Amino acid sequence: MNEISGILLVIVSAIFVNNVVFARFLGICPYLGVSRKLDTALGMGFAVTFVMTIATAIGYVLHYGILVPYKIEFMQTIMFILVIASLVQLVEIVLKKVSKSLYNSLGIFLPLITTNCAIFGVALIAIQEDYSFVTSVVFAFFSAMGFILAILLFAGIREKLEEADVPKPFKNVPIGFISAAILSLAFMGFSGLVK
Amino acid sequence: MNEALNIFTRGFVKENPVTKMLLGLCPVLAVTTSAVNGLGMGLATTFVLLGSNVVISLASKAIPSTVRIPSFILVIATFVTIVDLLIQAFSPELNQALGIFIPLIVVNCMILGRAEAFASRNGLWYSIIDAIGMGLGFTFALLLLSILREVLGSGTIFNIPLVGEDANTILVFALPPGAFAGLGLIIAGLNSLEKKMGGKK
Repeated sequence: MNEISGILLVIVSAIFVNNVVFARFLGICPYLGVSRKLDTALGMGFAVTFVMTIATAIGYVLHYGILVPYKIEFMQTIMFILVIASLVQLVEIVLKKVSKSLYNSLGIFLPLITTNCAIFGVALIAIQEDYSFVTSVVFAFFSAMGFILAILLFAGIREKLEEADVPKPFKNVPIGFISAAILSLAFMGFSGLVK
Repeated sequence: MNEALNIFTRGFVKENPVTKMLLGLCPVLAVTTSAVNGLGMGLATTFVLLGSNVVISLASKAIPSTVRIPSFILVIATFVTIVDLLIQAFSPELNQALGIFIPLIVVNCMILGRAEAFASRNGLWYSIIDAIGMGLGFTFALLLLSILREVLGSGTIFNIPLVGEDANTILVFALPPGAFAGLGLIIAGLNSLEKKMGGKK
């Protein structure tokens, strides 16, 4: 029972309270880069979910299976980035063979994911918080859901902003940041949910 | 020499990695709650950029182009590990404040971007200048945002109080929304400044 409520807390916290984009500031580049249209935003979101969940699981196993027993935790950064980079390549190859349509919709986002700090960041946080394996994977998956939520909300707003009459110096990027600030302010309202 | 000066200065204004190219924004937004953190992050990133630019410009001929991105990332990750251990050893407070954003320098797209776009195609000397120019431009942007946030959010600058202890500060600038709003305002400000200066010419 305790286990289940703990996991529920992790889920709520990962999506709303500690949203990767608005509270942890991870994955800002894709957040700004691909959020111009709703469907590309969704494609990026799914690609991130896929890689983030698997990368966290593999990272967890390697961290506790290799780094900790041999006391070489300082290799963490190098190991994680290697896992992510090779995972992205692997996913690309597998997708190409298995599902052409999925590859066509996610393909262009995959190379970008290597430098998406949300993946690396979430995998690191899972280790730092001493989550169990199951909790880590759940945490990674729902952090990705939080990312999708953020990116979809923002894409919706941006499509409207295209038609808005924005003061000249604020055109494009600055007004994007201002809207992100307001969104982030709204997300702070969730902070009472989880202690 | 002119060429070198040109490479050095463009990282500051014309191609500033943060305000113009919008690269490496995650640490910019996350650690700029105080000027000390902003400066620390900026200098750590500059060091990694310098190291990776030097190694990559020297080794670029030996790296086959098909595996160049993974190789670049490995070089960068090595320097990040060095910086991480140095900060842990010499400044535990800074280590605490920057947290996971030190290892995350690896995925700062600015560094990989400079490696790919500049260091792998240019000689050692220009790559060093490029790294210092871009790194300082990055640090400059971080300082600008962190000073804005620290002054408005906590009423201090480099931890030196500017207002009385019971004065009201605009707390929201110390919180996540303030990071987004602050950066938006700075970019808008620079845009309009640039337009004014351009108009005079």
